[in-house]
Amino acid sequence: MSLIRLQKISRRYQMGTEIVHALREVTLDIQRGEYVAIMGPSGSGKSTLMNLLGCLDTPTGGTYELNGSHVSELDDNQLAEIRNREIGFIFQTFNLLPRSDALRNVELPLVYAGIPAGERRQIALAKLASVGLADRVHHKPNELSGGQRQRVAVARALVNKPSILLADEPTGNLDSKTGVEILALFEELSRQGHTIIVVTHEEAVARHSRRIIRIRDGLIASDEPVVK
Amino acid sequence: MNFLTELREGLLISWSAIRANKLRSVLTTLGIVIGILTVTLMGTAIEGLNRSFVNSISSISTDVLYVSRQNWLIMSRQDWLQSQKNPKVTLPEFEAVQRNMTLAAAVVPVANVNEPVKYHKRGSSSISVFGTTEQYPATSGLTVASGRFLSAAECDSGRPVCVIGFDMATNLFRNESPLGEKISIAGHEFEIVGVLEKEGESSYNDDNAAIVPLQQYLYTFQHVPEYTIQVKAKNIDQIDDTKEELRAVLRRFRHIAPGDPDNFAINQQDQFLELFHRVAGTIGLVGLFITGLALFVGGIGIMNIMFVSVAERTREIGVRKAIGAKRRTILLQFLIEAACICLIGGVIAILIAWPATLVMQKAMPATLSPMIVGTALLVSALTGVLSGFFPAWRAARMNPVDALRNE
Ligand SMILES: Nc1ncnc2c1ncn2[C@@H]1O[C@H](COP(=O)(O)OP(=O)(O)O)[C@@H](O)[C@H]1O
Ligand SMILES: [Mg+2]
Repeated sequence: MSLIRLQKISRRYQMGTEIVHALREVTLDIQRGEYVAIMGPSGSGKSTLMNLLGCLDTPTGGTYELNGSHVSELDDNQLAEIRNREIGFIFQTFNLLPRSDALRNVELPLVYAGIPAGERRQIALAKLASVGLADRVHHKPNELSGGQRQRVAVARALVNKPSILLADEPTGNLDSKTGVEILALFEELSRQGHTIIVVTHEEAVARHSRRIIRIRDGLIASDEPVVK
Repeated sequence: MNFLTELREGLLISWSAIRANKLRSVLTTLGIVIGILTVTLMGTAIEGLNRSFVNSISSISTDVLYVSRQNWLIMSRQDWLQSQKNPKVTLPEFEAVQRNMTLAAAVVPVANVNEPVKYHKRGSSSISVFGTTEQYPATSGLTVASGRFLSAAECDSGRPVCVIGFDMATNLFRNESPLGEKISIAGHEFEIVGVLEKEGESSYNDDNAAIVPLQQYLYTFQHVPEYTIQVKAKNIDQIDDTKEELRAVLRRFRHIAPGDPDNFAINQQDQFLELFHRVAGTIGLVGLFITGLALFVGGIGIMNIMFVSVAERTREIGVRKAIGAKRRTILLQFLIEAACICLIGGVIAILIAWPATLVMQKAMPATLSPMIVGTALLVSALTGVLSGFFPAWRAARMNPVDALRNE
């Protein structure tokens, strides 16, 4: 059984009188443990696809099966639960809460999952240590470098043991050296069995994955494994 | 996530948000401070007035009717002119009431005059002298602290004895017991047979009075005094029937034709209470209006600042939703923030109100009761929840994709 199964997924936006087709009947399967890159020019529908995969948005047509459940039929609260349990987000701009320290940021998904305070502190500390930030747990985001912030974001994305790691341009705001560090971290996570989906427009970033899906005008243009 | 943890998390988040915008939070809270301050002071003032009023009428029993020429409360010049035409209440009228009342437990005539008093070198230029019968304790509720009250025999024969109030006893007699001593009232000697217990704060107390047998009073001070007839009802539940019976007896005795108005007044404690509640009610209503207005303005300020807060934190809301916060969680977070800002306002208001009530205490027995503090805090939190609801609802309903895209 596929971890992700999209069937004829569409997403239309109404812009005044005009209808924008951001995705046109996309059909796609992703297995557990895959490391996939989604590529395409600006405006091709990458982010729209990411939002649908991450249950932040619901399709206007088609069906989405995630881990065996039909996501397109769920209501707002159920989607929030799925996002909490099944999905870890990593954003281009990190999206850490500025007033909270690293520990608190990583704890947050556990808070929403209802894990008791003592336990979630243990889990969060362990996750921060696993991304190499054991000595930065009480730093606020503005006291951390870009690479460290993205590591906090990775720790936060992983802390609930999600089925999928979704990263939208994770290296877009990093210099090339730290970008490589984050990609090495992804590689390590992939080896450990995590399912990773990365949206990028950089060929070099995409080459780190095992499979590249190219999108153009809301359609899949190509879907090929990476040959190394 | 259960409600309690959500509440705790909400408090934590609100606290850090409020701390991040200290000045703004405090300024916003001003309207609430003023509103809650009026609630607190108004409540304290009304409670204080109430207490001082109840104290001042505590010597007037609720089950006693007072027949006199004039109404206690004269509300207009016309009332006053009318009551001036009423004949004085006389002793035969007292006897008629005593004879004919079936619902009365005790009927007592009381005459009153102010006279100077002396004991050796000490004295007072004016004390109240009451002429009455041995029944007086029944209607007045007085108790004797030492010695005894006037006896029936003394009242019938009119012996020169007296019972004195507590303050008078302590003023005239320092170390010796007043019992058996003779004092001079307006130049006439009276032997003290009893001292009354202290009544205290009531405005109509007998602490500085001497009570003498009516016969002796008539002989010594006034031959034709103006009487009050005190009628104690057998049963407090029948006070209205007792009043009607009393009225009928007096009308019959005075030969008042049916349809003509009474030319006497039957007073009771209710009249004071009624008047007081009317005044207190008006004060309360005005207070409520001012409070309501201040709270309304304050609430709008809170709503405004909460909209700003929600707009500023759109991205934060998006992030929280992306990692699993439900609508309810976000709603609660902002509601708690609004309630907290208002609660801070409430606490500031109480901190201001506290010294203010200390000043008020100079005028009335006012205290900042836990009840009022509780109410004030509750009202402030409620204002926060009400005015924060709309902004919080907007935050909760936000689409996570749009919220995350917000710069
Ligand atoms: N909320 C929206 N409202 C209207 N049009 C949108 C919205 N989001 C995306 N679009 C349109 O959908 C198309 C795909 O957008 P997007 O998925 O963001 O592309 P990409 O991430 O590949 O640059 C674009 O034409 C964009 O203008
Ligand atoms: Mg995009």
